[in-house]
Amino acid sequence: MSDQNRLSVFKTYKLYVGGKFPRSESGRVYEVTDSKGKWLANAPLSSRKDARDAVVAARKAFGGWSGATAYNRGQILYRVAEMLEGRRDQYVAEVADAEGLSKSRAGLQVDAAIDRWVWYAGWTDKIAQVVGGGNPVAGPFFNLSSPEPTGVVAVLAPQESSFLGLVSVVAPVVATGNTAVVVASEKAPLPALSLGEVLATSDLPGGVVNVLSGRTAEIAAPLAAHQDVNAIDLAGADEALAKELEIAAADNLKRVLRPQPVDNWSADPGTDRMTAFLETKTVWHPTGSLGASGSAY
Amino acid sequence: MEKRTSAFEYAPAPESRAIVDIAPSYGLFIDGEFTEAADGKVFKTVSPSTEEVLAEVAEAGEADVDRAVKAARKAFEKWSALPGAERAKYLFRIARIIQERSRELAVLETLDNGKPIRETRDADLPLVAAHFFYYAGWADKLDHAGYGADPRPLGVAGQVIPWNFPLLMLAWKIAPALATGNTVVLKPAETTPLSALFFADVCRQAGLPKGVVNIITGDGRAGAALIAHPDVNKVAFTGSTAVGKEIARTVAGTRKKLTLELGGKGANIVFDDAPIDQAVEGIVNGIFFNQGQVCCAGSRLLVQESIHDELLDSLKRRLTTLRLGDPLDKNTDIGAINSAEQLARITALADLGEAEGAERWSPACDLPESGYWFAPTLFTNVTQAHTVARDEIFGPVLSVLTFRTPDEAVAKANNTPYGLSAGIWTEKGSRILAVANKLRAGVVWSNTFNKFDPTSPFGGYKESGFGREGGRHGLEAYLDV
Repeated sequence: MSDQNRLSVFKTYKLYVGGKFPRSESGRVYEVTDSKGKWLANAPLSSRKDARDAVVAARKAFGGWSGATAYNRGQILYRVAEMLEGRRDQYVAEVADAEGLSKSRAGLQVDAAIDRWVWYAGWTDKIAQVVGGGNPVAGPFFNLSSPEPTGVVAVLAPQESSFLGLVSVVAPVVATGNTAVVVASEKAPLPALSLGEVLATSDLPGGVVNVLSGRTAEIAAPLAAHQDVNAIDLAGADEALAKELEIAAADNLKRVLRPQPVDNWSADPGTDRMTAFLETKTVWHPTGSLGASGSAY
Repeated sequence: MEKRTSAFEYAPAPESRAIVDIAPSYGLFIDGEFTEAADGKVFKTVSPSTEEVLAEVAEAGEADVDRAVKAARKAFEKWSALPGAERAKYLFRIARIIQERSRELAVLETLDNGKPIRETRDADLPLVAAHFFYYAGWADKLDHAGYGADPRPLGVAGQVIPWNFPLLMLAWKIAPALATGNTVVLKPAETTPLSALFFADVCRQAGLPKGVVNIITGDGRAGAALIAHPDVNKVAFTGSTAVGKEIARTVAGTRKKLTLELGGKGANIVFDDAPIDQAVEGIVNGIFFNQGQVCCAGSRLLVQESIHDELLDSLKRRLTTLRLGDPLDKNTDIGAINSAEQLARITALADLGEAEGAERWSPACDLPESGYWFAPTLFTNVTQAHTVARDEIFGPVLSVLTFRTPDEAVAKANNTPYGLSAGIWTEKGSRILAVANKLRAGVVWSNTFNKFDPTSPFGGYKESGFGREGGRHGLEAYLDV
């Protein structure tokens, strides 16, 4: 039963950092409008300090998250999909507003995003078998190459695809055990900020994903230059900004994923976004010898 | 310490250098021909152990780099279109010729680099051939490498390699590049250009099509011009972290694919239950192999406190038996430092170690009169704040630190911007796995050190660079994936 006289309750959108929902320490906000220019909400306008705080949170979470079993990470990613499914309508409305889509087209985006969490949930305990393995060394040694997360990854979410694009760049980063500082789409940050609420209730440890909203260039600069960030995904940067950030990233040899045009975020994502933020560690050990006859038993 | 004397001194056992015919001068190898540099510039390459001038070599300028890239571009079309099985056969041929000429190339490498013949003969050359054999077999199996069906080569690869393993680094770069269908322009280091130029002759003998491999000699300027060349699709560099960062800035904003193999400050961790004698051998191998001029050298020894004195006694005793001198002598363990410049850097850092209060020790050791030499050196009483524990020295200098618990060992091992290699010495398998798991390094050697194999990916975490060389992983750098 709807009451024509009832005043709706607006939502105060906040950042998601270290498992908490702070406002920007700068006290700033900016207006977010829908595709027709209608005011939707005020989003936090994150500062450099917010970016640095998010890196601290992501670093703190890295040991636990990268050390969790792949099975456990898969369970949690699947839990994200479960929680999103339950709040599907909210995201459909937010994506429709953010991207100017019809409800049905926004619904397809949200469904694809939910399915994407499921897809990556299944990858957590398989990627090591696909990209790692034993090597047939020419000598009495056993060695094994295994993928490991590279560390704290700064992710500039795509500007256009506010939710499916966002999920498509965040999920692969954390599936493999990295932690992320995510800069939401500048003009359409609300689905990203709402995603924080789902992540917070999905058993994902605080700090594994941190979501900032604001001016991409302003937040990205300190992240690209940050000595405790190990990698950066430039998906949401334009060409000029991407070049500038790539140069800054060279200071501590961050792994850089350059922006690539994506026409259709619904397409099969492949494994590239996971392997871009993986290191390969090769561990050697002597095998000993049972003698040339091989008949020691 | 008194010089060790023995009733049975070793007699000199020099390898003959007659097998190598070094010409007085060499040109650039571009489009299958040796040519002079456009502006006629040359530089000399000397033998680090004697300072004898071995040859004059052309110094490439920008025009030469451009010519080499054009030759590689032209050759790319046919080379990449060749069936993989045919490319494979060229690489197998190269591998075989390297085996046939391995004694010649080993002597040459020892002359130009200063490293002992024992190492060029027994480590470098067998690995060089093995790399070509390994990647030869990939050329017709790329569909099965895990990068999707029909992965494509990138185009022209610009490759810049260092002086510590001149021919081995060439093999690491050229073998996967050719197997995947790329063509290359390779710049060897200024102080060790000869083996790459001899490799050009190997390519000639193998009948490799013109322009597929181009070798340009010169200094950092030639390397910078190559990396910045707009028609280069792939940049591969092995060398210092400082230069690696500069290269990363240069290729920023381009579509060039980049892999970097950079510096390291490897921790070699010895637990109290380690087999001491094997650990001592591993420590010696970890830091004195190739005069310590190894990016993955175990240059920080982390010893569990309870065995510190015992281990140091054994280590010092072992060091007194190392033989330093003529690299061509088959008994020599420690050869010459590659250049006067590198010797000055090692000397300055070791002096700084002393000035900062670490305790310096070397075995009694007569250094030859001419050439560039540095005695094997240990620093004890080293803390994490000391420069010798932080900076890559790239010489035969070992810094010894202590720890009490496995957690402390891991924390200290990881306390560096580098992340290339580490070693673990313990009899306890579960401890090896637990510690290896926590170390942020691309290669972890347990109860061994400095082992290499073409099937095994090698490369760094953090500021030791990115990308992997060797194994299936090494293909990725040269494919459009």
